[in-house]
Parts: sequence; structure tokens; C-alpha cells
Amino acid sequence: MNVNAFLAAYGVRILSAALYVLLAPLFGGLLAGVDRRITARMQGRKGPPLLQPFYDVAKLFEKRRVSVNKLQNFFVVLFLVFLVFTGALFFAGGDLLLFIFAFTLAALFFISAAYAANSPYSAIGAERELLQMMAYEPMVLLTAVGFYMATGSFQVGDILFAKGPAVASIPALFLGFCYVLTFKFRKSPFDLSTSHHGHQEIVKGITTEFSGSSLALIEIAHWYEATFLIAFVALFFVWGGNPWSVLLGLGVALVVYFLEILIDNTFARVKWQLAIQSAWIVAGTTGFLNLLVLTLVQGGAGWLS
Amino acid sequence: MDPVYFLLLFPLLPALVLLAVRNDRVRTAVVWASALIVAGASVWMAGRYYTSEYSLFDTHAWVGTAMSALKTLFAIAVAIYAIRRRRFWIVLIVAAQEALSLWFEFSPAVRVEEPLNLFADKLAIAMVLIVGVVGGLIAIYSLGYMRTYHRHHPELKDRRPLFYSVVFVFLSAMFGIVLSNNLQWMYFFWEVTTLCSFLLIGYTRTEEAKRNAERALGFNLLGGLAFVGAIVYEGLTMGTVDLRKLLVYGASGYDVLVPVLLLSFAGMVKSAQLPFSSWLLGAMVAPTPTSALLHSSTMVKAGVFLLLKLAPVLAGHASGTMVVLVGGITFLVGSIVAITHSDAKNVLAYSTVANLGLIVACAGVGTSEAVWAGFLLTIFHAVAKSLMFLSVGTIEHSLGSRDIEDMHGLLVKWPAMAITIAIGIAGMFLAPFGMLISKWAAMKAFIDSRNVVIVLLLVFGSSATLFFWVKWLGKIVAVLSHIEPVHKEASLDEGTALAVLAGATSLMCVLFPVVSSYLIEPYLFGVFGPAATGAIIAQSNITVMTMMLGMVVVIPAALYLFMHGRKETIVPTYLAGANTRDDRYFVDAHQEPRRVFLSNWYMTGFFQPERLLRWSGVASILTMLTVAAIAVGGLLR
Repeated sequence: MNVNAFLAAYGVRILSAALYVLLAPLFGGLLAGVDRRITARMQGRKGPPLLQPFYDVAKLFEKRRVSVNKLQNFFVVLFLVFLVFTGALFFAGGDLLLFIFAFTLAALFFISAAYAANSPYSAIGAERELLQMMAYEPMVLLTAVGFYMATGSFQVGDILFAKGPAVASIPALFLGFCYVLTFKFRKSPFDLSTSHHGHQEIVKGITTEFSGSSLALIEIAHWYEATFLIAFVALFFVWGGNPWSVLLGLGVALVVYFLEILIDNTFARVKWQLAIQSAWIVAGTTGFLNLLVLTLVQGGAGWLS
Repeated sequence: MDPVYFLLLFPLLPALVLLAVRNDRVRTAVVWASALIVAGASVWMAGRYYTSEYSLFDTHAWVGTAMSALKTLFAIAVAIYAIRRRRFWIVLIVAAQEALSLWFEFSPAVRVEEPLNLFADKLAIAMVLIVGVVGGLIAIYSLGYMRTYHRHHPELKDRRPLFYSVVFVFLSAMFGIVLSNNLQWMYFFWEVTTLCSFLLIGYTRTEEAKRNAERALGFNLLGGLAFVGAIVYEGLTMGTVDLRKLLVYGASGYDVLVPVLLLSFAGMVKSAQLPFSSWLLGAMVAPTPTSALLHSSTMVKAGVFLLLKLAPVLAGHASGTMVVLVGGITFLVGSIVAITHSDAKNVLAYSTVANLGLIVACAGVGTSEAVWAGFLLTIFHAVAKSLMFLSVGTIEHSLGSRDIEDMHGLLVKWPAMAITIAIGIAGMFLAPFGMLISKWAAMKAFIDSRNVVIVLLLVFGSSATLFFWVKWLGKIVAVLSHIEPVHKEASLDEGTALAVLAGATSLMCVLFPVVSSYLIEPYLFGVFGPAATGAIIAQSNITVMTMMLGMVVVIPAALYLFMHGRKETIVPTYLAGANTRDDRYFVDAHQEPRRVFLSNWYMTGFFQPERLLRWSGVASILTMLTVAAIAVGGLLR
């Protein structure tokens, strides 16, 4: 394959992935800034400036390097690299299942970093993070299955050009996915592994032993993560490669994010038992019903394909 | 000599010799040489019959007679043992088996055409390679392990001559199972493996070992009884005891439900599906090489081999539905129960049960896609699981414990061993490594079979899998600031086997497309014809995974170089400001220094493993009974 043919085949994908790698921190950081403003308003405070997350990260980079061992920083860098890779896979129109597996690998490095620190607080955080993964993973996988059954493909690139929005055939899975999104955004009531409020039972949980540039990298990683999660929600609403549907999806995703903030501020953290039980029940019922209906109605390949 | 005969007969030679050898040096030499020859011969066989399918029709009549006589002798021996141990249910099973099979052989009413005795397709070739290479490595490993084992357990009688003898008989019998096409031959070898596993599990002859060995014996004899039933039924109704004919008849629309159901039952018992898993879990009392052998290359693999063979006739039938459900339930429950254990061997055992469940479910779905996944899983699992078991064995001898909690900080204490285990763990569940690829393919196959229940079982099961592997990995990578030196008990034999298996596990991640296109796809083409699917995982995804694999290797190396020399202030961990001495101690409520102890989560109260196993066993039995009722109903009508 010569260069031109390669670019014709993959140009858009590479461009989209590259734009993601460059712009996701900007989007994610702004989202975090907006989040903090809205949260503050909900709590009757004025809140920090919109760009506060960027100031925070910039300041973290200037701090003296302090850590409990070198291995943990090593894992943090791997976490960031693989998280960026995961997102790039999504924006390059890649396979949803592979995207989920790469995401798992990235998350594993984050958890390993906390385990490597060998401190009680980070160990509890790691253990809870792992529990959260076990809680949300079935729902996420079932959502991918739903996309496949609805559109006939696991490829994000194909789903974008489906004949109709996926949400039309997998509405229950969409709701279920929104439920576990609270885990993914690490928001209350499912912020078991990290607590954004100090002086609680797990201090800062999984990030207890990170400071300075390592903590900054984790923060940036979360921006990347938030960006592709928003895009994932938007994917439910996109069809036929229609740019307006992309905007619609983005709009819905932002509304969902607003609801997440609202829930974060109105619910207390739950015990881990309830977290995993509820997530599995939601995944089991929405997944089973939605997929069963799809199987019964269409029988063959996806009707949106 | 033909490599097939060689594989069947040669292992019996070291088996005889080793029975007499008491000198450890001589034994070491014999085992090394024989294991290398067996492994070499399996490669020879694979090369020789890769292009032409091997099949053997006529043998001398005395071969069959000899097998039959030996089988009867075994049965008598088992019966005598069982009577002396007052295990009358075992006597009952053996008697029923023997009566049925003797009647079938000698009754003038039975007329069976001369079957094709031995047959080798690509699935058999893959199995021969697994048995020969992995089995050989385990035999070599066990040399060092058993030496240390008896040093650590002076109270136990040294029965190594018998041990090594049985190991080689086991390998020969496994070759027999995977190469047989005559069901009566396969049944003979099937029973030999049951007997071998009984002898290996009961190695220590403690009361517990005896009890568990008897359970394994009894359960697998029950499976054997079903096997005889299938032979008798097939012989009486179709006039043949040929496995391939059974598959051909099934594919062309004949009613083969009863024999297929019975053979599936035998296969599920052997591959330790619920509710029969307890025989494999009980096998834990044996020395670790035995566990490695039973879990990876032999015994349980015989069960999944038979089921994968039957896959085309299971697809879309009631018997297939039964196999899918039992496999799916076993996968989910096995994965969850593995979370609640801290003994490394227990965790590995439940993970084996779970993985076998997945392979069994693939066989039950029976489509070309599903068999692809099951085939690849079988290969990956054999390599990675033997690596894990053998690593745990060596660690147990060195740390004096095989509890995962005691592997805390292994990366600092013993980096080489920690990395070996990490390769094994990554190979078991993580992208872009081994097993995940087959799990992924299994998922696609399940979705395409439009069976929502099995998709759910897989999805929940694999999430549970994630939990217990990652927490194990987390234990290992914890960085301890102060360590006591480890007394490393790894002999040359053990080191060699571990290094080769770790290398093989890593290589498989890169080479699986080759395995797929040279072994699996030709096999599928032979079985499913033009309907066979090619690559299940798209080339673009393989490219991405290769990239990930490269990243996993290259980035850590680069980071190490980059961060190695960097200045870093190392501080003690945060202990709520109550640190004392160093970061291992804090001041407790009595103002006394207390040592920090970090433990993983097991959530036993939440998952209630006993209850879970009991009820899932019931669900499994009900599934089997329902399908059996359908079959009996069909017979009566």
C-alpha cells in the first residue's frame, strides 16, 4: 500500500485520534472546571475560576519530587500512556471490545500503582477501585454487545454510520450504562475508591500516596478518560455520519454529566456491598431484557446495519 | 516406526524403568531423556501427519483383546481396593461398567463393524503437542520439586518410583485418548487416565489424600459408565463404535441424542464441571506437579477434547444447550468462588474449573466460531496454567507458604519469580495477552449464537476473573522497604521448565495468528466445510494488539532507563501521622508500636461460596436431568 492509499483509508481515523490526543486534556480540564463551578453553586458557594484545574496541575508539576517508592510513578506513567491509547482507539473508530480491554489494562496500571505504594490507605483504595471495576465491567461489556446487536458491528467507525441511533434499539442498556457511569466518573454514591472530600475514612484512597508530578499525571489521565466517556455516551445518538446527530449526542452527554454532578451532590457514598449488588442487578436486568428483545425481534443481524 | 505408535508405546518404557530406579541421579537422567524424547516425538508426529490425516483401520485382533483383558484386571483391582476401603458406591459403578462392557464385547447379539481405530486430525495434533511438550516439562520440573518435597516432608514415605512411572503411563494414555477413533479404545485410555489420577492424587497416602483420590476415582468412573453406555447404545442402534461415524450420522440428521448426551456427560465429569468439580479441587492434596499435570495438559483436557470433538453435533441441539448452560454456570461460579480463596493453589483450581467451563460452553455452542475459541483456549490454558502451578510450587518451597498473602512484595524479594508469575497472570486474563483473545472470540461466538443467557454468564464471570487476578498481581508488586532474604529453592529442573513455559506463554501472544491459520482453521475447515469461519479476530484488531504488546514491552524498558537515575525523595507511607520507627509500624491505641498488615479482600460473607456452589450444583443437575428427560422421552416414543 502506498502512502496516498494509506492516507485515504486511514487518514480520517488518524486525524481524529491525533485531535483527541491533543485536545482531550483541554476538553477534560474545562469539563472539570465547569464541574467544580456547578458543584460550588449547588453547595451555595461561588466556586473557583473555570481554569482552576489547569492551575492546579501546573502547580503540581512544580512541586518537589516526593514519593514512597519509584515503582509507583512508573505505573502512573503507564496508566496515562495506556489511557491515552484507549481513547485514541475509540476516536480512531476502533473496535469497542478492544477499547474496553485496553481500558481495563490502563486501569490495571493505576491499581498497581496504588498497590505498589504499599500503604494502608492506598491499598484500601486499590481494593475498592478493583471492586468498582468488577461492578461496572459487566454493564460496559453488555453495552458493547448491545451496540453490536443493534448496528451489526463492534467498530465505532461503523456505528457512526448506522441507519439509526443505537439508543432506539438499546434504550435500557443506555440507562444501565448511565448508572455505571457514576463509577467511571468517580462520583458519589460510587466514589468508593477516591474521596474528593478530605478527612474521610480512606483519606484520598487510591491516590493517597501520590503527589507532585505523579498526581498531575493522574489528573491529566482523568481528563482524557472523561473525554472518551462523554464521547461514548454521545455514540448512542449518532447515526448515518450525520454531524447534527453528533451534536445531539454531545448535548445529551453533557446533560448526563450534569445529572451526574447533581447525583454527586445529593447522594451519600454507599457501602461496597450495595455498590456491586446494584450495579450487577442493573446490568443483569437491563442487559438481559434489552438483548432478549433484540434477539426475539430481529433474529438475524442488526437491523440498523 | 510410526510416530503414532511410538507416542503410545515409548512412554511405557521409562514407566517400567523408573519403577525400579531408586537412585536419584539415574532417575533424573532417565526422566530428562524420556521427557525430551516424548516432546520430540510429539513434534515429529505433528510434522509427519500435518499434511496427511493419519488413520488406521486394522490392527491385530490381539490388541483389542489385550486392552479388554487389562481393563478387566483394572476393574477387579479397583473393586478389591474399594471393598477394602468400604467404598461400596465405587464397587457398584465398576461392576455396572464391567458388566455392560463385557456383555457388549462377548454377546453374540452384538454385531459391530470393524472401526477405524486411530485417527489424527489437527485437533489431535494440537493435543499431542500439548501433552508431549507441556507434560514433558512438568515431568522435568517435578524432579527438582519432589526432591525438595521429600526433604520438607520427612514423615512421608518416598514413593517417587511409582510417581514417575504413573506420570509416563498417564502421558501414554493421554496420547491414546486424543488419537483414538474407536470409542472402545478411547474408553480404555479414558479409564487408564482415571486410574493414573487416582494414584497421583493419593500419593501421600494420608487419610485426606486417600479420600480425595477415591472421590476423583468414583466421579470419573461414573463418567466412564456413561461412556460405556454411549458405546453400547451406538453399537446396538448404529452397528458401529466409530467416533467419526457418530459425528457424520449426527450431521446428516440421524438421532444421536442419547450417545452424544452420554459422551458429553463423561466429558463434563472429566473436565470437572459443576456439580462434579469437587474431584479436581480435592486433587489439591497431591504434590504440585500432579496438580499442574491434571489441570493443564492431561486429564481435564481429555474431557474438553471429547466435547470439542462432539461440538458439531451439539450445535443447536438439546444436548448442546445442556452443555452450554452447565459450562456457563461453571464459568461464572468458578470465577466468583476463586475470589474468596487466598490459597494460591485453590485460586488456580477454581480458575481452571472456570476456564474449562468456558471451553465446555464453546463446545456446546458448537459453531465454527465457538470451536475456534474453545480450541485456542485449550492451548493457551494448558501453557499458562501449567506455568502458574509450577511457579506456585517453587514459591511454596521457598517461602514456606502458598498463601497469596505471603507473596506480598515478591517483586522486591525475588524479581525473577515475580515476573514469571506476572507473565502467567497477564496471560490468563489481560489484553493483549493469550487467553483474552480466546475469551473475546468466545464472546463473539456466543453473541452470534443468539443465546442471551450464556452472554450474561460470560460477562459477569469475566468481571469476577478480573478481580481475583488483579488482586494477586497487586500483592506481588507491593514495594516493601525492608525485606527478609528469601531462601530460594529453585533447582535447575524447575528453572528450566519455568523459563520454557514463561517463554511459551509470551510467544503464544505473538504467534496465536499462526496457530490459528496452521492448526485451528484447517481443522474447522475439515469439520464444518465451507461454512467454517476464518479469522474471528479481524486483522486490524490483531495489529492493534500487537502494538499494545509492543507498548507493554517497550515503554516499561524506556521508562526504566529514563526514571532510573532520576532524583527522588523517598518518604515513608502515610499512616495517619502515627508512624513509628519506619513505615512498617504505627502507634496503636495503647501507645504500643504495632506492625502494619495489609490484606486483600475475599468477601466470603458477601459471596457465600458454599451456598453458591451448592445451588449452582443443583442448577447444573437440573439442567442435565431436564435434557436427560427429553432424551428418555424420545426413546419411549
